[in-house]
Amino acid sequence: MSANLLAAAEAAHRQWDVIVIGGGHAGCEAASAAARLGASTLLLTHKAATLGEMSCNPAIGGLGKGHLVREVDALDGLMGRIADASGIQFRMLNASKGPAVRGPRTQSDRKLYREAMQAALAGQTNLSIVEAAAEDLIVEAGRCAGVVDGEGRVYRAGAVVLTTGTFLKGVIHRGDERIPAGRIGDAPSVGLSDRLYGLGLSMGRLKTGTPARLDGSTIDWAGLDMQPADDVPVPFSFLTGRITVPQIACGITRTTVQTHKIIEENLGSSAVYGGKIAGRGPRYCPSIEDKVVRFADRTSHQIFLEPEGLDDDTVYPNGISTSLPDHIQDAFLQTIPGLERVRVRRYGYAIEYDYVDPRELDATLGVKRLPGLWLAGQINGTTGYEEAAAQGLMAGFNAALACAGSDPFVLDRSQAYIGVMIDDLITRGVTEPYRMFTSRAEYRLSLRADNADQRLTPFAIALGAASVSRETFFTARSEALSSARSLLERLSLTPTEATRAGLAINQDGKRRSAMELAAHPQVGWSAISEIWPEIAALDTPIAAQMQNEAVYHGYLDRQEADVLAFRRDEGVRIPADFDYRAVGGLSHEVREKLERARPATLGQAGRVEGVTPGALTALLAHVKRLDRRRAV
Amino acid sequence: MDDTIFALASGAGRAGVAVVRASGPLAGPALVALCGALPPPRKAVLRALKGPDGSLIDRALALWFPGPDSFTGEDVTEFHIHGGPAVLQALSDALLAEGLRPAEPGEFSRRAFAHGRMDLTEAEGLADLIDAETAAQREQALAQMSGALGSLYGQWREALIDTLAAIEGEIDFPDEDDVPEGLSERAGPPLQALCAGMRAHLADNHRGERVRDGFTIAVIGAPNAGKSSFINYMAQRDAAIVSDIPGTTRDIVEVRLIRAGFVVYMADTAGLREASDTIEAEGVRRALARAESADMRCLMIDVSRETLTDAHLAMLRPGDAVLFNKSDLAGAPGPVPDAVAAFAVSVTHATGLDAFNTWLDHQLSARLGGAEAAPLSRARHRELVQRALASLEEALGMLSSRPELAGAEVNRAIRALGELTGAVDIEDVLDRVFSQFCIGK
Repeated sequence: MSANLLAAAEAAHRQWDVIVIGGGHAGCEAASAAARLGASTLLLTHKAATLGEMSCNPAIGGLGKGHLVREVDALDGLMGRIADASGIQFRMLNASKGPAVRGPRTQSDRKLYREAMQAALAGQTNLSIVEAAAEDLIVEAGRCAGVVDGEGRVYRAGAVVLTTGTFLKGVIHRGDERIPAGRIGDAPSVGLSDRLYGLGLSMGRLKTGTPARLDGSTIDWAGLDMQPADDVPVPFSFLTGRITVPQIACGITRTTVQTHKIIEENLGSSAVYGGKIAGRGPRYCPSIEDKVVRFADRTSHQIFLEPEGLDDDTVYPNGISTSLPDHIQDAFLQTIPGLERVRVRRYGYAIEYDYVDPRELDATLGVKRLPGLWLAGQINGTTGYEEAAAQGLMAGFNAALACAGSDPFVLDRSQAYIGVMIDDLITRGVTEPYRMFTSRAEYRLSLRADNADQRLTPFAIALGAASVSRETFFTARSEALSSARSLLERLSLTPTEATRAGLAINQDGKRRSAMELAAHPQVGWSAISEIWPEIAALDTPIAAQMQNEAVYHGYLDRQEADVLAFRRDEGVRIPADFDYRAVGGLSHEVREKLERARPATLGQAGRVEGVTPGALTALLAHVKRLDRRRAV
Repeated sequence: MDDTIFALASGAGRAGVAVVRASGPLAGPALVALCGALPPPRKAVLRALKGPDGSLIDRALALWFPGPDSFTGEDVTEFHIHGGPAVLQALSDALLAEGLRPAEPGEFSRRAFAHGRMDLTEAEGLADLIDAETAAQREQALAQMSGALGSLYGQWREALIDTLAAIEGEIDFPDEDDVPEGLSERAGPPLQALCAGMRAHLADNHRGERVRDGFTIAVIGAPNAGKSSFINYMAQRDAAIVSDIPGTTRDIVEVRLIRAGFVVYMADTAGLREASDTIEAEGVRRALARAESADMRCLMIDVSRETLTDAHLAMLRPGDAVLFNKSDLAGAPGPVPDAVAAFAVSVTHATGLDAFNTWLDHQLSARLGGAEAAPLSRARHRELVQRALASLEEALGMLSSRPELAGAEVNRAIRALGELTGAVDIEDVLDRVFSQFCIGK
């Protein structure tokens, strides 16, 4: 157990800079981020042994999500390294597509993940961990000033980060069963909920689900297709040289007509379909009931059988989350090839919970109505470990920066997927659990997983959040990249020389650089490596990054122009107390939406749902007029 | 938009009837204050309008259009008063006293736009309708105001969402059984159709813009060929200075005509010759530029002094005309290329010009009249559509090889068209992906 585990009574005597409530993926990153910035940080968790628990699907990464993990890593966060230390099936999704849309993903061994996370936290200076249930927040002079635990102990702090997942009115549904989540004293108590509701924050209700967990020894693997890991696993962390965890394969099976028949016949006993759940579920992660109903023409759905660990034969059947009663779950599972004799270890369920409308937050994830309080993770209406970790990281940084009286650290949409996500959340709110997709990122061609360090590590270094080894590695890599870049710009061929070298090039008299040739569809990287030995001699990761840049050579310049236009709109600030009623030409509907979102910039206002170009023009005119008046 | 605005909706000056319109939350209370209870919606009632001091302003028709089914989407009141300045002044004072304020130019339309009562192209159509002077302008504006252009652009928007859904679906959901391999290639056919639609929309010989902004004709020819006399004849007035001194017209003189229901700008240009001074040289340069950019060229040839040369022919295009002037003084006109009309005329004696007029009206009807319901009516539209088309053509070539670049191009197209079609939100695209494919492994 953690070396920095502290007795509650001892922790309660001290004034902390930052207290993080909750030890899930958001909480772990938040605590680590705040501590890395030098803030004296306390992580309050009900059970230190469950820090870093993967409560749902034991996998990290994917499209968009993998980008987030790389960005967390580039800011010296934990998730990438922990995933590398526990990953048992690394796969690069979209490997055949361009580098901007490749998504690193791995399944993780749950135990290895937990252990690696706990070890990372234990090794973190400035961080203490206390096992206690947060019961209430201390609010003084309109600011959040600390936490009270279930025993009435008071922990004072300059900033509090709340990462309590689905505890707000969380209810687990399975068939007719209703289990208030956290009933067993697992989660922070009613007092904390009451405090949040008492703030008058706007709330919404969401749902999500999970499939049954299966006993792998009762699965008939012999007849199933298997999906192997990649031959050469690509790590998440820029600091991981090589993946050393053994790699496994997943089984693939499918639902059958019989499966669908059983589900259809029993829809009435599904918690979700019985009309007992009001919350909205994610469209990209529907329950098997949803799939059968909404896609009635499909006779079969794929299921991935994902082992939860190297020495754990529990299997996560990805694709069949359900809230049907236990005996129906047994019945439909047994109609699936390979699962005819399966034994269930834990039945699937749906969980319904309240979330805080993230439009209540500012760009640092701070609660606008209660300074000193930050929210991160599922409580903000997101789903996924990666989304949670990225928010935790940013909330942790900003809580620590606020304590130190420093400027906040905000990433915008042109800088990082993290910026895209937070801007989406605070500008548009959510209607279903928010998940990252690459299509949400306008500047996708430049926000790549492979260049996350180039984009973000300089920020981590400037903040003082990067370790010495991170900084050393980054500096060396940056130098290697820039010398490779100038090499590729320096080396060049005339069309005549190119023809002599066997390249099919237009005889247009234009001299082309090695970079242009690498980007040329008829030439490419291997051809230029043959021509110039110094290109062939580049280190593999450096060469790989250069190839990625070559793919988008030309397009990145255009994107740069788009980014400039974006920055121009982001540069038009809208005062926090702006009176939208004074703007002529805004409809009631648009005005209400703007008043709720309170965008900080004109660009952000344009992304508020329902804001028309006309409304934006009216807004711009008014803001400009206001500026002129202020300048006088 | 909590305030209530009012304005004279009919023309200014003395008139039998003047219409004053008010829009906003106080439109109803103001009506009640001036003339008693609210009339039934959309029914004209005769009422005595009284000022704040109880004095009679006028006997007038009052109409009540409760929102949101009104022109602006807000509560609207109309007073049809007797159209004298004093009545109007008294009513304005009374409305001001009720807390209403005078509207800024275009504010009623702006409110209608803001409340979603019309889209941008419809608002533009309305503005064009108010400005319409010819039958063709009126018809075109009316079609646009009724949403013809908007609905075409709406179809484009749908096609763009389809395209992006296929591209982004393949990119973001690669590990999903239900998302077919090569999904982005499915975007090909809708994208092809969209490009074809845009090309057809653009290939209209600028008809809509010509109807709205006028058809331009450049009258060109040697000095003293009679161009200015011809212009004055067409304008039925002395627009251009006419003299026997060659090179009198130094700059472009333009007259505005309405012919066959279309607005026509006919430009008199400096005579084409080796200029004797810099001012005239500049005039010649401008004449050539105008000849180049005009929709039609009319070349004047003084048959008593010159014949048609290759230099002349180089300036002409199909659909242009050659006028062989002073035909009464000399022999028959020379041959002209096919597709260029030739007329033997005498401007001074006004002979042969009827044939030209008949031909011109026919040309205008053929070129500017047309069946298409929703022509491009503004250069702004054309530019946006051209930009979008260029991006979509790029995207077509990359659907299967580089879907992420194709996606970037489609997004550029969407931004270009956004002002015409309304922005496409990524949520719209994801909606379509999730409704078409069962995502969720």
